[in-house]
Amino acid sequence: MRYDLTLEIGYDYGAPAPSARCVLRVAPRRVAGEQRVEAERLRVTPEPGEIAYRTDFFGNSVTEMGFTDPLQVVTVRLSARIERLARPPQLDLTPRLDRLAAEIGTRSALGPESPDHFVSASPRIGYEPAIAAFAHALIGPQMTALGAVQTIGQALHTHMTFDAEATDVDTEPGHAFAEGRGVCQDFSHVMIAGLRAVGVPAGYVSGFLRTEPPAGQPRLAGADAMHAWVRAWCGAETGWIDYDPTNHMMVGTDHIVVAVGRDYSDVAPVKGAVRSAGVQASHHSVDLVPLGE
Amino acid sequence: MDKTAPAAAEDAVARLVRGYAPPAGVADEMLDAAGQVRPVWRPFLDRFAHLSAEDLSRRFARGDHYLRDAGIFHRQVDEGGASERDWPLSHVPVLLEEADWTRIKTAVIQRVDLLESVLADLYGAGWLVREGVLPAELVAGNPAFLRPMVGVRPPSGHYLHFAAFEIGRAPDGSWFVLGDRTEAPSGAGFALENRVATMRVFSDPFDHDRVHRLAGFFGGFRDALGASARALDGRMAILTPGLGTETYDEHAYIARYLGMMLLEGEDLTVVGGRVMVRTVAGLKPISVLWRRLDAAFADPLELDDRSALGTPGLVSAMRAGNVCMANALGAGLVQTRALLAFLPRISDYLTGAPLEMPNIATWWCGQRREREYVIGQHARMMVGPALSQELPFEATGDTLIAGRFQDGRDADPAMWIEKHGRDLVGQEAVNLSTTPVWEDGAFRPRPVMIRVFAARTASGWKVMPGGFARIGASEDATALSLRRGGRVADVWVVSPDTVPTESLARSDGPFRRAADSLLPARAADNLMWLGRYVERAEHMIRLLRAYHLRLAETGRADDPRVERIGAHLEALGVPREIAAKGAVSETLDAAIRAASKVRDRFSVDGWAALRDLRADLADHSARLTPGDEAARALSELLRGTAGFAGLVHDNMYRFVGWRFLSIGRALERAAGMIATLRDFADAEAPEGCLDAAVEVGDSVMTHRRRYQIETNRETVIDLLALDARNPRSIHFQIALIRRLAADLPGAEVSGALSEPMRAILRIETQLATAEPSELDDRALRKLARGVAGISERLTAAHLS
Repeated sequence: MRYDLTLEIGYDYGAPAPSARCVLRVAPRRVAGEQRVEAERLRVTPEPGEIAYRTDFFGNSVTEMGFTDPLQVVTVRLSARIERLARPPQLDLTPRLDRLAAEIGTRSALGPESPDHFVSASPRIGYEPAIAAFAHALIGPQMTALGAVQTIGQALHTHMTFDAEATDVDTEPGHAFAEGRGVCQDFSHVMIAGLRAVGVPAGYVSGFLRTEPPAGQPRLAGADAMHAWVRAWCGAETGWIDYDPTNHMMVGTDHIVVAVGRDYSDVAPVKGAVRSAGVQASHHSVDLVPLGE
Repeated sequence: MDKTAPAAAEDAVARLVRGYAPPAGVADEMLDAAGQVRPVWRPFLDRFAHLSAEDLSRRFARGDHYLRDAGIFHRQVDEGGASERDWPLSHVPVLLEEADWTRIKTAVIQRVDLLESVLADLYGAGWLVREGVLPAELVAGNPAFLRPMVGVRPPSGHYLHFAAFEIGRAPDGSWFVLGDRTEAPSGAGFALENRVATMRVFSDPFDHDRVHRLAGFFGGFRDALGASARALDGRMAILTPGLGTETYDEHAYIARYLGMMLLEGEDLTVVGGRVMVRTVAGLKPISVLWRRLDAAFADPLELDDRSALGTPGLVSAMRAGNVCMANALGAGLVQTRALLAFLPRISDYLTGAPLEMPNIATWWCGQRREREYVIGQHARMMVGPALSQELPFEATGDTLIAGRFQDGRDADPAMWIEKHGRDLVGQEAVNLSTTPVWEDGAFRPRPVMIRVFAARTASGWKVMPGGFARIGASEDATALSLRRGGRVADVWVVSPDTVPTESLARSDGPFRRAADSLLPARAADNLMWLGRYVERAEHMIRLLRAYHLRLAETGRADDPRVERIGAHLEALGVPREIAAKGAVSETLDAAIRAASKVRDRFSVDGWAALRDLRADLADHSARLTPGDEAARALSELLRGTAGFAGLVHDNMYRFVGWRFLSIGRALERAAGMIATLRDFADAEAPEGCLDAAVEVGDSVMTHRRRYQIETNRETVIDLLALDARNPRSIHFQIALIRRLAADLPGAEVSGALSEPMRAILRIETQLATAEPSELDDRALRKLARGVAGISERLTAAHLS
């Protein structure tokens, strides 16, 4: 499936704010065999005094910008053409949960894909006893890793309701879980906490969802803005699989990957004073349209 | 000492140590295993034994006095803010033999080199993990592992430039390491201060020629940092988290001692991949940062995004190779507790050699065999968080010590360890050696631990020949007694021969005046506000005194003059009584706060004068009655502010910082005088208020001599507003500001005056040409706005 993507993020400070520096993680990720980026263009107004491109530890594209003059309004506009390749359906070859730990141990390395980064607490996801108990009650040692991912994902979908007003970007997973409400970030953080508690290495993915569903299918939740879901490491053979807890589904060709990390703090689309200092108004829109439709 | 009477000296020493009984099963620094005085202590004890009790207490007081005067206090910072108590110096130093020391030094250098290799591997090739020498999760799951630094080679080629090691002596007399400090080690500056204070205590007749000096230690380090800074075309500075940290005094002390800029994250900005400091003369490059700020807080863009202490883009500048950090961001990884369990193996793997000094035996419970061992032995261990960066004795609530949880919870230790194994390490409960402290007229044994320091110089690692000793509060020889209420002491490394002197300043090479240091904008801002606050407090005290004098004269609080001054005071937020809590003390507190932020640039005497003033105010206000007595007390306080002004005026070098301090004073004095005239020289003001204005303006004598008539509005305005020769007049302040500002950077560029200079000159001209009658209330109000405008323009041009 090929898509045209448009993302626009804007901030209005009301009055000129002091010069600022920020980093963006908004550009689609190149994933061998899964996602190709055919064209990509980033426009920022006003034009930043400095701009630099690099990839971070986890291989995400990062744009770093510095504005020299005071800012009143900033707009970031990204357009890209992307090909999303379907992963062929697989048999569940993932190991049983009671054997997963041993498999993690055999792959000791510090590279970005190593499950070791995703086993324990990360900046935004600490050990959450309530979520851990919830997850433990759902699984047994005989269950496969993939089975655990789908079981916990399904159960969360029942336990939690999508609610754009209940939480904000700094809400802790334990709070969202207790409230039973939240957006894709909360669903993902809660699920990651649960998976880690039962020994499944789990990380956070930011990305986009197809805006309009194929004919006859419902519109997915979270399609109007940047979306987030979960990746889980399911053994040496299968590696990483992606699961979208907000829409309780395995991730397929309707999802475009932007960045991966341990939690939101590793992949936040915009970091820096541009986002935090005295923003009066902001807007954020996404359009992901399949080509030829 | 009298060498002809050894027997007598022997007796005195024997008397001195009689009754000194170290607990069984531990080593003692003063006595050997057989209970005999170690030779290295004997000359010291000989002299000590001949001091009378009075002489001793005089000497101890001398040391304490030095510390207070130097502004060294024990700061504690918690949610309630910062509090201070006296620096807990145990006056008796810990004496070490040079031979002992040499072994420690060699081992420390081996260890710091090893830690450097571990960092280079973990942020580089990653062999230690791939080869199974170190479990991956201790790195990948470690908050101190900073992913943005992976693959970034420090521009200096080194991760570590300054490190500290907490060491103790085992019962068998050998030394071992309790913990490594690589993140932002503190204590070296305190060690210097302890040394100065201790040498004041044990001055003559103590013979110091054999004690290794500390002064040379920092020289090579500073030179190495300076060379790196020049190679990268910038300056070096110390990066501090600021006043909110317990070791801020030390940062300020070292900055002053080494003549380095002391900066906070907000002083810095990153432009084009370079770190720049905001100075009063614009942005200037910084290429070396001696980092006393924890790395996680250093850059909100790439590290902890909730940090308010950092500089956005710092990591980027490091990645670009433009700034050398001492230590590199991420260096704290190797002070992780669990690493101690693997360091012996790592040493063997990386260097093929065993550690010359072992560290405290540690077992990571993430491994089955180790976990079982810890479960079996936990009654003789401390079991706590594996990834903790703290020293073993800094136990948190969830630490199990000798089978008991610190937070008192009732849980089964074995089950707890089994369940949370990967998060835990077991560490043997160590016994430290004891060292004598002087208490109630006798030596008492107390457990001791020494922090030793290593600094990288052009010719390799240099280890401070001494250290920062921490002494337990009770006889309990486990390291735990060091947690609370302990003391600190100097460490003397004593040579059998006379040691060469070395001082910080290099004596080789031609005479060279050090380049003018840059003045960070924030420091200048604080200096300006310091000037303003001290002047504001003085002005309030003058007004208060005028109030109480009138009150004493009339004996009536409802007298119109008394009432007018009282109302004026209230408008300034000053209650009519001298109260400990109130605008005056708040203003002095604000002055002290501003001064605290620039302690590296501010004289120790000036600092002491401010604190004295604050203490005097608190002292007086507690027990004074309104009227005459209060007026007299206020006069005393005014002598205190005059003392501060004198110090600033007579002793402070005319650096740019002094200009801002003086401008602040002048601005405040002008503003205060304008407000006074508006209220007291007003046509409606009760009779006698003009005299009060002249009195507040400290110009009673001058008025009498110049005008030889009673006060009237014109004479008062003339003297207090327009007379350029009266150091209290508004005109005088503005002319002074003009002279001070004329030498600020950018005051005049190719003949064009800066914004602030133009504003100043406009007002000065008005004052120079005005007649007293023109200066009515409207004109005074306009003048007040003009003075505020000068302040705003100076701030915009130099201080932001």
